[in-house]
Amino acid sequence: MSTTTPSRDVAAPERPARRAATPTDRRSPGRRRSLLPYLLLAPAVVLELAIHVVPMLVGAWMSLRELTQFHIRDWSTAPFVGWENYRVVLDVDSAVGAELLHSFGVTVGYTVASVGLSWVLGATAAVLLQRPFRGRGVLRALFLTPYALPVYTAVITWSFLFQRDTGLVNHVLVDQLHLLDDRPFWLIGENSFVALLTVSVWRSWPFAFLCLMAGLQNIPGELYEAAAMDGAGFWRRLRSVTLPMLRPVNLVLVLVLFLWTFNDFNTPYVLFGGSAPEQANLISLHIYRSSFKTWDFGAGSAMSVALLLFLLLVTAGYLLVTNRRRNDA
Amino acid sequence: MRETAAERWARRIVLTLLALFVLVPLYVMLSSALKPLQDVQGSFTWWPRRPTAQAFVDMWSTVPLGRYLVNSLVVSTVAALFSVTVAIFAAYAVSRYRFRGRGLFSVTVLSTQMFPGILFLLPLFLIYVNLGTATGIQLYASRTGLIITYLTFSLPFSIWMLVGYFDSIPRGLDEAAQVDGAGPLRTLFRVILPTAVPGVVAVAVYAFMTAWGEVLFASVMTDEGSRTLAVGLQGYSTQFNVYWNQVMAASLVVSVPVVAGFLALQRYFVAGLTAGAVR
Repeated sequence: MSTTTPSRDVAAPERPARRAATPTDRRSPGRRRSLLPYLLLAPAVVLELAIHVVPMLVGAWMSLRELTQFHIRDWSTAPFVGWENYRVVLDVDSAVGAELLHSFGVTVGYTVASVGLSWVLGATAAVLLQRPFRGRGVLRALFLTPYALPVYTAVITWSFLFQRDTGLVNHVLVDQLHLLDDRPFWLIGENSFVALLTVSVWRSWPFAFLCLMAGLQNIPGELYEAAAMDGAGFWRRLRSVTLPMLRPVNLVLVLVLFLWTFNDFNTPYVLFGGSAPEQANLISLHIYRSSFKTWDFGAGSAMSVALLLFLLLVTAGYLLVTNRRRNDA
Repeated sequence: MRETAAERWARRIVLTLLALFVLVPLYVMLSSALKPLQDVQGSFTWWPRRPTAQAFVDMWSTVPLGRYLVNSLVVSTVAALFSVTVAIFAAYAVSRYRFRGRGLFSVTVLSTQMFPGILFLLPLFLIYVNLGTATGIQLYASRTGLIITYLTFSLPFSIWMLVGYFDSIPRGLDEAAQVDGAGPLRTLFRVILPTAVPGVVAVAVYAFMTAWGEVLFASVMTDEGSRTLAVGLQGYSTQFNVYWNQVMAASLVVSVPVVAGFLALQRYFVAGLTAGAVR
């Protein structure tokens, strides 16, 4: 994709106008008609179209086809079945639908718990590191490390910690603290949700910490001094100064964490080696496994599209509510 | 504002607990990498009783770690370089020009962040496979296919962060350059980019990290020859045995450079994030 060659032709006739430009001139009508911004954007647009938008449209198309192993080789001619795939995957009385609903429930619980805990830990650390003290820089770097660590190394390490006989978790709980008599399984059965959640929080709270720390740096110190002069204690300052000032950061942070966590595939996939116990079978992993297990890509696509619609609805609702409250304030 | 003794102690206790939460897995990674196989297969010990670096030697032959490492390096580096280049042009347009569709572009690009990867995994898988049989262009199971896929993953966030950086560069600099007769691209390369170097580097590291850590597409779109570390590290678990000491040693080796790079640049990340979030 060449952006330099054509842009030279486009930019040339404009140059005299630009030379006379003043700062407010950026919105002048002559500038607005320039092709240059579009040429600059072209590579990004083409790539986003090719890897995100077109596959998504193809996915929506696939969800209306019977795309099982019999048709996958020549998928462009797969028979049209209309809403049949949606009917099957969203029918909670069918086995497929019931599994999807269960997995959806697990994912909602996982997301709410993980985002909530990550935010609390991140906010706590950010507030406590606001005041300068010896070792602050070291702690800050340490807290950011889980975010920088590649997902799979972090999750593999945790799966070692959670091993029943050779792992640290049972060693501490059973051998050292004697809190439990039996060595529980962490990666099978009910405990697997706790294990999954722990790993998720470990990985995502540093991002909350990073964003909130950045947000705190933008709060002018005078606000705190004024609050302290008025006799406000720690909690009062937190409630009346810190939290309101962090609002813009929080709005973005919570949304981003929610989307990342809800779509999380890596954590269960690496933690459980691809076959997650049902208590920890997150929706991305569920769609992936049921698609490649049965080679029914039509049903898999229908589940993906339904998931996207759900996320769009939640996001739109979230933005509406937060915007309205911002306008009210 | 003076801190009371109670506040100081509460702070110390909470920070110690958080530090332990972060540190313990990292410590286990290191200490287990230094144990012989029998010791990671028995009950857990905090301290390596017979420390050895043998796992760091064996890990290269248990799985073809060298090949995975090269694949990951090539894919992540090339994807990061392309991603940053594309993001620079796009961010320049968004930061410096008002044009029809500017808002639409920002919203669309950012909203691709919310799409579940699984949504375009299946179609992209079929498209790549079919493109291969129809035209002979091998994207499935090739490093090129992964590079193209990954460079779009980091793109939205890279553009977002760079717009924040470019916005913080005074427009007076652009105008001064233009008075000297510089065109828009010359202004970008001679004025804006040199000023935004830290931001550009931070974005490059971010793009590299995104590609280095991606699991879903790596596990579907690669074969034995193009496999990356994300999938390759799972090779240490066989049906009968898990070479935990070697897994930990390999994890350590592939993590340290990325973590070091990130920590070195973290303050630019913070700057980029605030620039984006506050807007």
